[in-house]
Amino acid sequence: MTEAIVEPEILEPIIARFNGDPGNLLQILIEAQNALDWLSPATQGFIARSLDLPVTRVAKVVQFYTHLYDTPRGKYRVLFSHNITDRMAGSPALMAHMLKRLKLKRGVVSEDGLVSVGKTSCTGMCDQGPAILVNNRAITKLTLRRIDEICDLIRAKAPLANWPAHYFRVEDNIERADMLLGSAYAPGEALRAAIACGPTGMMAEMRKSNLRGRGGAGFTTAVKWEACRDAPGDERYIVCNADEGEPGTFKDRVLLQSFSERVFEGMAIAGYVTGARKGLVYLRGEYTYLRAPLEAKLSEMRRNRLLGMSICGVPGFDFDIVIHMGAGAYVCGEETALIESLEGKPGHPRIRPPFPVTCGYKNKPTVVNNVETLCKVTEVALHGGLAYAGTGTRQSAGTKIISVSGDVERPGLYEYPFGVRVSQVLEDAGAYDAIAVQISGAAGQCLTPQEFGRRIAFEDVPTSGSFMVFGNNRDLFEAALNYAHFFEHESCGFCTPCRVGSALVARIMEKIHSGHGARYEFNELTRISQLMSTSSHCGLGSAATNALQDIMKKFPTAFDRRLIKRDFEPGFDLDAALARAREVSARDDANAHLDAHLAEGADA
Amino acid sequence: MTDIPNTFNLDGEPIRFEPGETILQAALKAGHFIPHLCFSPEFKPHGSCKLCIVVVNNRTGSSCAMKALPGLEVQSDTPDLNHRRRTLLQMLFVEGNHFCPGCEKSGNCKLQALAYDLEMFNDHFTHFFQPREVDASHPDFFLDRNRCINCELCVRASRDVDGKDVFGLAGRGRNSHLVVNSPSGKLGDSTFAKGDKAAEVCPVGALLPKGQGFKKPIGARLYDNAPISQSFGVKEEV
Ligand SMILES: Cc1cc2nc3c(=O)[nH]c(=O)nc-3n(C[C@H](O)[C@H](O)[C@H](O)COP(=O)(O)O)c2cc1C
Ligand code: SF4
Ligand code: SF4
Ligand code: FES
Ligand code: FES
Repeated sequence: MTEAIVEPEILEPIIARFNGDPGNLLQILIEAQNALDWLSPATQGFIARSLDLPVTRVAKVVQFYTHLYDTPRGKYRVLFSHNITDRMAGSPALMAHMLKRLKLKRGVVSEDGLVSVGKTSCTGMCDQGPAILVNNRAITKLTLRRIDEICDLIRAKAPLANWPAHYFRVEDNIERADMLLGSAYAPGEALRAAIACGPTGMMAEMRKSNLRGRGGAGFTTAVKWEACRDAPGDERYIVCNADEGEPGTFKDRVLLQSFSERVFEGMAIAGYVTGARKGLVYLRGEYTYLRAPLEAKLSEMRRNRLLGMSICGVPGFDFDIVIHMGAGAYVCGEETALIESLEGKPGHPRIRPPFPVTCGYKNKPTVVNNVETLCKVTEVALHGGLAYAGTGTRQSAGTKIISVSGDVERPGLYEYPFGVRVSQVLEDAGAYDAIAVQISGAAGQCLTPQEFGRRIAFEDVPTSGSFMVFGNNRDLFEAALNYAHFFEHESCGFCTPCRVGSALVARIMEKIHSGHGARYEFNELTRISQLMSTSSHCGLGSAATNALQDIMKKFPTAFDRRLIKRDFEPGFDLDAALARAREVSARDDANAHLDAHLAEGADA
Repeated sequence: MTDIPNTFNLDGEPIRFEPGETILQAALKAGHFIPHLCFSPEFKPHGSCKLCIVVVNNRTGSSCAMKALPGLEVQSDTPDLNHRRRTLLQMLFVEGNHFCPGCEKSGNCKLQALAYDLEMFNDHFTHFFQPREVDASHPDFFLDRNRCINCELCVRASRDVDGKDVFGLAGRGRNSHLVVNSPSGKLGDSTFAKGDKAAEVCPVGALLPKGQGFKKPIGARLYDNAPISQSFGVKEEV
C-alpha cells in the first residue's frame, strides 16, 4: 500500500491541464489526490520535478492543507464535521457508531487500506447536520440508520458515484427571503444595467449605495474598487472569496448553489468598473460538489455572451472567470492568505500593507470580495445606488443574509434589512429557550438574553452571517472548548502568539474540562487572550479568543463549576502517572490512587 | 511631534530614517535597540516572531515590517510591550526543547540573550515536549529541530543569497517544522555547504557547525558581558 509507485500516465495529463504552471501547484495536488487517494513521496517528487520546483515547496503545500494527505488514508475518507452545531445534533455518537461498525480507531486507516474516519472543521452544513464528507463529498442529515447504510456501502466497496443520489442532496432552506433571495432575476439584466451607466457611472452608483463587504470586516466596496482601479498595473484581478470557513456560516453555499449567475455577474461588473479582465473564485474544498454546476453555469454564461470577449457585445469588455479549489484551511478566507493559496502556496497571511488592492494576486491590483457582496452589486446595478441605500440602517445599507443553526425549529437562511433585532431572528426561526447566540462564528461575539434586543448591523452587532443558537440545556463551556480546538487546528502557524497561544489555550481548556483547572488556569486564559488579540499577525489570531472571553465573562458559572477550589494544580496528572505502577503491582484499589490520599490529607 | 522631515519619535527620542526604511531598520541604525528574532538587516522582513512589536497610534504592529513615516510616535520600551515580549519568549521556550546548559550556542544565542535582557525568569507555561527530529547527516553541520524557532532566516538565506532553496517551513499551526530539500529529506543529501549564507544566520542553536565545541568558553561569549540591547551590532565570531 505504501509502495512508492509513480503513475506518470495519471499525473502527466493533470499537470498538462494546468499548463505545468507552479502557480497551479495546489490545484494539481488536489486533482492528483482525487485520482490516487493520497500524495506519496514519489508522487510529490514527480510533481516537483515536472514543475521544476524543490520538493520542499511541494511538501510545504501538502502538509499545510488538512485535506491533502502524505500518508494513505484509504479509498474512502470519511470526515465528520466537528462544528459545535453538528456536535449538538449528535455527531459524536454517530461517529462512535461508525468507528465501532467499521472496527476502526479515529484517524487510523483500516488494515485493508479501505477506509479511515476522522474529524474536520465546520463543513458549512450546519442547518442540515450532522454532516460528513466522504472524499470531499458532503452527506447531510445523518442518522444511525444512514451511518449503517454507509458502512455497508464502504464494506461492499461501492464506488461513490453509485451511492444513492439523495444522500448527497444539499437543501437551500431559505426561510425568509428579501431583496436578494426573494427577487426575480433575468440573466444579463444587471450586467446590461451596469453597461448602461458606463464604468464611471457604475462606480458612482456603488459609492452612493454605501455597500459594505459581507465577509466580516465591512469595508466599503466602492472604496476598495476605486483603489484597485486607480492602482498602477497592467493587469487587475477580481477574486470571489468563497472560502466560507467561519463556523456556522452557510449562506455563500446557497448563493453559489442557486444564485450563482448573480455572483458571476457581480464579478463581471467589478471587472467592468475596475478594468480587471480576469476573475477567480476561491471555492472551499468542502463545497467540491458545487464545482461542476458552477462550471456549467460559467459555460452557459459564455454562450450567452455574459462572460468572455466583448461581453453583451461591448467591444473591449472582456472578462472571464476560473475556479480554484481550497483544501481545508480556514485561514485561507483571510484575503492575503487566500491570494497565497491562489498562487499555489501554503496559506500564510502576507504582511499588510501593501494591501491586495495595490499588490494582490501575482502582485497585481486585486479586489477580494465576499460571495454575498458580489450578489449585492447586481442589486446596485439594477436599482441604483440611492435605492439600495434606502433600506437598512445609516451605516449598514441593504439586506443581510443570516445563517441560523443550532437549537431552533427552522434552521436555514434568513434575509432581513440590516438593523433587525436578534430577538426577531430568534422568534422567526423558532428558538424558544435560547440562553445564548454565537454571532459571526467562533471569532465573533456570544450574546446573552439581555442582549437579544441588539441589532444586526455594523454599528451594533456586526456579522459575517453566522448565528448559532444555544438552548437552555446547553453548556457554553463545551462551545468554548470546541472553538479552542478549532483555532488550535486552524492557526496557520506563521506567528508566535497565534501558533503557540492557540495551542496553550486548547491545553488549558482541556485541563479545566477534565476537572483539573483552578482559578489560575482561568486567569491564564485571559492573559494569553490579551497577547493573541493584540499581537497576532492576522485576524485569525487576533479574533481567536473573542468568543472564549465573552463566554468567560457572561457565563462565569460554566467555568466556575468546573474549577477546582485549590489555587493551582500541576500541569501533569499525578494519579495518571501512577497507572503503570498500578499495572505492574496488579493493584487498582482506592489506596492505589492518589485521590484517596489527598482526601485523607484534606480531612486531617 | 517632531517637525524635522524623515524623523520619527521612538519612546520620545527622534530617529532619522531614509525613505523606505522600516521602523526597526532605522532604529537599529540609529543605535536604538528593539528586540527582534526573525529580522536580519540582510534579508527581507518576515514578521513572524512578533518580538519587534511596537505601538503606533494605539495600534500594535511589527516594527520590522512597518515603514517609518515622518512624525510617527512609536512606543517600544514600555512595561506593557516588554511584558508581551516576555510572554512571547516563554511561548518559544515551551514550544521547543531548549536545554541551554548543554547547548553550544549558549551565550551566543539571540533567544537566550533576549530572555536575559527582558528578565524572563522562568518558562511559565507547561512545556509541549514535542518530539522533534535531529539531523546529523551532514559532514559539517547539525540540524537540531528541538531548538528551531521557525524564524525562516535560513530559508531566506538559502533561497535569496545562496540560490539553493535548501530549507522550507512545512506543516501548519504547531506542527510547523523545518524541512530540507533533498531526496531523503536529510541535510547530508542536500546541496547545503558550510560556506553558505544559510550556515551563519540561525539566531539559535538549531543549525550548528560540527567539529567544534566550546572553542570560546562560556563567560567570554557574545552576550555574556553586555546584554543584547547594548551589543546588538556585534557579530558572533565563527
Ligand atoms: C481568519 C479569517 C477568515 C476569513 N474568512 C472569510 C471567508 O470565509 N469569506 C469571506 O468572504 N471573508 C473572509 N474573511 C474576510 C476577508 O479577509 C476579506 O475581508 C473579505 O473577503 C473581503 O470581502 P468583502 O469586502 O466583500 O467583505 C476572513 C478573514 C479572516 C481574518
Ligand atoms: S538555542 Fe538558545 S535558547 Fe535554545 S537551548 Fe540553545 S542556548 Fe538555549
Ligand atoms: S534552523 Fe535556525 S534559522 Fe532556520 S528557521 Fe530554525 S531557528 Fe530559524
Ligand atoms: S497564525 Fe495567523 S495570526 Fe498567527
Ligand atoms: S523581528 Fe519583527 S516579527 Fe520577528
